[in-house]
Amino acid sequence: MSFLRKLLAVINKDIAAEMHTREIISAMLVFSLLQLLIFSFALDLHAAIAETVAPGVLWATIVFAGTLGLNRSLAREQRNSCIDGLLLAPMSRSAIFFGKVAGNFLFMVLVEAALVPLFSALFGVALFRLSVLLVLGLGTLGYASVGTLMAAIAVNTRAREVMLPVLLFPLALPVLIGAVQATGGLVSGGSLVDVAAWVRVLVVYDLVITAVSLVTFGYVLEG
Amino acid sequence: MIEAFQLTKSFGPRVALSEIDLSIEDGDFVTLMGPNGAGKTTLLRILATLSRPSSGRVRIAGMDPAREGERIRRCIGFLSHGTMLYDELTAEQNLRFYARLYDVPGASSRVDDLLQRVGLSERRRDKVSTLSRGLKQRLAVARAVLHGPRILLLDEPYTGLDPQAVDALTDLLVDVAGRGCLILLATHRINRGLALGRRVLVLDQGRLIYDRPRETITLRAFTEFYRGVTS
Repeated sequence: MSFLRKLLAVINKDIAAEMHTREIISAMLVFSLLQLLIFSFALDLHAAIAETVAPGVLWATIVFAGTLGLNRSLAREQRNSCIDGLLLAPMSRSAIFFGKVAGNFLFMVLVEAALVPLFSALFGVALFRLSVLLVLGLGTLGYASVGTLMAAIAVNTRAREVMLPVLLFPLALPVLIGAVQATGGLVSGGSLVDVAAWVRVLVVYDLVITAVSLVTFGYVLEG
Repeated sequence: MIEAFQLTKSFGPRVALSEIDLSIEDGDFVTLMGPNGAGKTTLLRILATLSRPSSGRVRIAGMDPAREGERIRRCIGFLSHGTMLYDELTAEQNLRFYARLYDVPGASSRVDDLLQRVGLSERRRDKVSTLSRGLKQRLAVARAVLHGPRILLLDEPYTGLDPQAVDALTDLLVDVAGRGCLILLATHRINRGLALGRRVLVLDQGRLIYDRPRETITLRAFTEFYRGVTS
């Protein structure tokens, strides 16, 4: 119970801070909407190729916007040595990790909630299906998990804004490939059974990256 | 009680602490002095469990930080150069957040009491980013003592405080020490350090070069000695 209470305290703190400033969500939202508009102008997405290109465009948008949010989320902990305040508290490092992952996941999901309807309208693909939302959730969770770990490493470096994508993108490749392939299969009319192999990739990735992050997160934060 | 045995900490080739042996009893008030880069902050961070020694051992309240970190952290209050306060949250939200992390019983009244003591009751709903450096430092002090720690580690706590806040902090420290709390205070200020501490330690280039009870020290002799160290 204590673990859960402290995890919730970390999540609530991130939400309260975000409600005061809106710096993470607004940055992610504006960036992702601009990116989406640029893609829609740059690519001639007539119906024949929209289904092929749309999943890649969607996940590229989510990933780039998510990277912005991850950077800011961990930078907030670094400011005034707040991360030391968390590390000093009588709580396990895993509660800090899960709290930060949950916060980052929540912010990404909120941005996706605004992004998906606009994306569906611009690209003419139907994303409002439970199966697509499930893939979105699994992909976002994996990206938020590995991103939180990498952001904790990058935040201690001088060029953290550059360092995060350099560290994160290679490690996030399996979840991105899985998410793009699964989303592609679903928007072109397939069912969850048809993309079961890719969904399994996402589930396994989420479990493995969470386990690895739990073991290493404390060491990363303590330096 | 704090015990360190042959404590050494290196950052790459640079040795920040070298073979420190130290024992501080419960209820003691110890002043830690030394020039910039002497290793004061490194020592306090290791004792606060925020950093691991390269070699040697530490025991805090009879426990090993590597095995019983969570239990140890419950006993420790640490005030460092960073305030550990979230700029985006209000003064009250910051204290309530830390009260939840430390499972402080009666958190609301404790937060109210501390805000009153550090003179921030009127500003409790102001975001930390709008507070002056001195007010932030007062709030940081409140955060450090929020959970009633048995061991208080203070790294230059007087930085940025106005004379009124300096007096308030001194009163608070004397009060906390009077209730049996072990206090280790790192400071550059000779007068204040000698006035408060019952024992004085001096670190220089990572080595503990001075360790004496306060009553055996005269201000003049110590000032001369300390000038020699810092020059």
